[in-house]
Amino acid sequence: MRLMLSALVLAALSTAALAQSTGVAVTQAWSRASTPAAKTGAIYVTVTAGGPDRLTGASTPVAETAEVHQSKMTNGVMEMRPVEGGLAVTPGTPIHMAPGGYHIMLLGLKQPLQQGSHVPLTLNFEHAGAVNVEAVVAGPGASEPPRP
Amino acid sequence: MPETKPTRPAPTWRFAPIILAGFAVILLVAAGAIWFFGAPAPLQQAAAIGGPFSLTDGAGKPVTDKTYRGKYMLVYFGYTFCPDVCPTTLNDVAQAIDKIGPVADKLQPLFITIDPARDTPDVIRQYAAAFSPKLQGLTGTAAQIADVAKEYRVYYASHKTGPGPGDYTMDHSSILYVMDPSGHFAGVIRADEGPDAIAADLKKIVS
Ligand SMILES: [Cu+2]
Repeated sequence: MRLMLSALVLAALSTAALAQSTGVAVTQAWSRASTPAAKTGAIYVTVTAGGPDRLTGASTPVAETAEVHQSKMTNGVMEMRPVEGGLAVTPGTPIHMAPGGYHIMLLGLKQPLQQGSHVPLTLNFEHAGAVNVEAVVAGPGASEPPRP
Repeated sequence: MPETKPTRPAPTWRFAPIILAGFAVILLVAAGAIWFFGAPAPLQQAAAIGGPFSLTDGAGKPVTDKTYRGKYMLVYFGYTFCPDVCPTTLNDVAQAIDKIGPVADKLQPLFITIDPARDTPDVIRQYAAAFSPKLQGLTGTAAQIADVAKEYRVYYASHKTGPGPGDYTMDHSSILYVMDPSGHFAGVIRADEGPDAIAADLKKIVS
């Protein structure tokens, strides 16, 4: 049992940043490769909260700004908007960010996102504070995170 | 002289115009849904979708709809500043093209920007090439883009997200259009149905 638990903790630590004292886990951070000319990018994460919290912002050294965004299709029209007031996280309902929905939008990309590289990302939560993760960069139009 | 009765309508019918208007809206929405999401087979409004355009390719060369005569055109409107939905669609299209084998040789996939202010020929060329060497990115002047969008009945609008001039995202129709080798409308394909369904629809339309 102890062994299994340590294995679980190790597995979690290797792919995730666990903000132990606060109860927010950010796992499976990934992004997509960009072209040299690209000024934007998107990072997807899975957020699991132990208590009610709110993702209020994000930052990364590879972009001037990072915002929580949502893409939405309404009557055949695609819209992308910043999420006003932050994204609420409820315990028991993890947020799985994926293409076509919630994402961390990178604006003013300072360097191309290269496939296979890792991008540092800090997520700011109302209660949990700052949580640091590394997003692994998949192919340009990947629909899911790269297999480890 | 008999007095005319006041012609106040019975209470039940007072709301008739509103009810009728409601029905009209429902009908319109239904028609719109059928138009957007109906079968990919040629539609009755065929003649009205698509038409001549003048644009610029990724090398900065002028192109028109006639440049692509002899091939089916698969046309998608979007913008490179979009890192979320557009890459998904273009990647699905690239995968679908790989799945249809020799049929792909009859097809020219085009990605037309609805954000020409940011999408220079160089930007759109790099972006399109990231998904498939076959995919061509096209841009143009604001007027040229407005013209081609109108012909394809594509809706687009900018949405401010901050105080700066570059702080905006674009709302845009997300649909794949297929035009036949003589430049006539051949069908629409849902852009969000995944590579397998796009490939199957392409096979049905392209012959
Ligand atoms: Cu976004």
